Amino acid sequence: MVETTLHNPDAISTAEEARAIRLTRARRRSRNNIFRHIFLIICSLIMIYPLLWMVSASLKPDNEIFGTLWLWPSEFQWNNYVEGWDALVVSFSRFYMNSIIITVLSVIGNVISCSFAAYAFARLEFNGRNIWFSLMMMTLMLPYHIVLIPQYLLFLQLGWIDTYLPLVVPKFLATDAFFIFLMVQFFRQLPRELDEAAMMDGCSPFKIYWAIIMPLSIPAMATAAIFSFIWTWQDFLGPLIYLNDVKDYTVPLALRMFLSQDSVSLYGEMFAMSVLSIVPIFLFFVIFQRLIVQGIAMSGLK
Amino acid sequence: MRKFLAKNAPGYLFLSPWLLGFFFLAIGPIVTSFYLSFTKYDIATPPRFIGIEHYEYMFVWDARFWQSLKVTFAYVFMSVPGTLIFALAVAMLLDRQIRAIGTYRALFYLPSILGGSIAVAILWRQLFSNAGVINSIVELVGFEGPYWLSDPDYSLYTLVILAVWQFGSPMLIFLAGLRAIPQELYEAAEIDAAGPFRKFFAITLPMLAPVVFFNLVLQMIEAFKTFNSAFIISDGRGNPLDSLLFFTLYLYNEAFSFFRMGYASALAWVLLAIIGFFTAIAFATSKYWVHYENERG
Repeated sequence: MVETTLHNPDAISTAEEARAIRLTRARRRSRNNIFRHIFLIICSLIMIYPLLWMVSASLKPDNEIFGTLWLWPSEFQWNNYVEGWDALVVSFSRFYMNSIIITVLSVIGNVISCSFAAYAFARLEFNGRNIWFSLMMMTLMLPYHIVLIPQYLLFLQLGWIDTYLPLVVPKFLATDAFFIFLMVQFFRQLPRELDEAAMMDGCSPFKIYWAIIMPLSIPAMATAAIFSFIWTWQDFLGPLIYLNDVKDYTVPLALRMFLSQDSVSLYGEMFAMSVLSIVPIFLFFVIFQRLIVQGIAMSGLK
Repeated sequence: MRKFLAKNAPGYLFLSPWLLGFFFLAIGPIVTSFYLSFTKYDIATPPRFIGIEHYEYMFVWDARFWQSLKVTFAYVFMSVPGTLIFALAVAMLLDRQIRAIGTYRALFYLPSILGGSIAVAILWRQLFSNAGVINSIVELVGFEGPYWLSDPDYSLYTLVILAVWQFGSPMLIFLAGLRAIPQELYEAAEIDAAGPFRKFFAITLPMLAPVVFFNLVLQMIEAFKTFNSAFIISDGRGNPLDSLLFFTLYLYNEAFSFFRMGYASALAWVLLAIIGFFTAIAFATSKYWVHYENERG
């Protein structure tokens, strides 16, 4: 297809024609751009409206939340945040503490264990490497639900139910194959001569990992850490299954309790706490936007 | 022997955390799950082998199983094409040297990153409630809004819309793909006086086919696994009238509300088979519609 369109006997006039077309395109583009911007701005507003609505609902008196599209509260109910924080049987201080502990440990676990595995796959020679690698790639496709029940039974046997261990220990065992894949891709781009030179100088594989590979891979580590943070912070199924005591609840489990409260009057508080729960994610997104965008384009992470 | 150790020890040492995880949290559980699916197991008493009884019951007698399949398939077949079409359309709008592209990209992507959270699921419930935002808009246009959350004919659309709202991540992948298309192709097409439709179908779409394929597989797997939002919006049980009984939700309830671990394991294998089947179809048909640049198509 390409060749037939390019196959033009008069090459010089084609080049001139191309230049002319480029000029008209540039002119047309600036005119089109205004419409394009208007259209895009409208689209962005529609996309963002639900989130703005949530923020506005968290600041409105309860009787203004429903039945209107208007976002500006007649008076700001900052109290929703104060009261929402202590609206449930256990304070949100506790829920945030729990979420932070689980998330921080998970991020550390993922970065350490996945970078270990990725280093082995990308840089070390050993028997059976290719087989292990393809097995690892196969677990990428595996839905979590297939291992969910046996994992639960295993942790039940170990007496780990109602502790954070089932949520954290797997992260130290590199169960998120996505991150291994991401890091392998990154490690492979680093020049091999570095390892070889270090090896000549008598560096151990661990020294090479720690002093050469890791410092050069900060963007990949950061991407893995960011996604690990976002996923763990929002994880719902894991805590839902393994945590039964309200005192151990994470923030998402706590938010769900607002729905079973049956009291209509807690809407403002519910939205206030919902907004707070996504603030950390939002901040991460704003600060690390470039790494997130690259991470997705590179590997299709969600 | 020493040579063998010297060669292999570092590799296996670094791989050891993953190997532990792979055996105890992946392969071990997969084998166990397969075995459990042929047993009756309620945790309190040891598993009892019953052969293929679960699978037989599932396919022949279990109306809720068929209902959960129906709901999940309807959801996948509406939300995946919807998401991909929006993602591609917006990506094409953004794929120019346009000002503030970073801001647009961020705004369109934001819902993707927040969409799986419980906060957004709770928000969605309220947007679609009887006096919620969506019905306010429907009334502005002059219609009477349906009971989105309590009418089984409408409830699934709330989740489809939630999925389409998160078109940001396939959009980013499309953007990267569009960047890779050589501009000369479009210039050549303009010399041949090709219109925008012709250019889209003759250049953009074929050149983008690998990316479309990638997004399609990824989104399909994600859609089959949908859980969080379905759980919150359907009160954890698939309400109203099982119209939101997603496959994952049915599985969760069988396992952790009724402790029918054997039956739930059988369900998990059906889910794996379905996802595997569609992934395989995508791969098998890909040679007819996906052409990679480095091969002759």
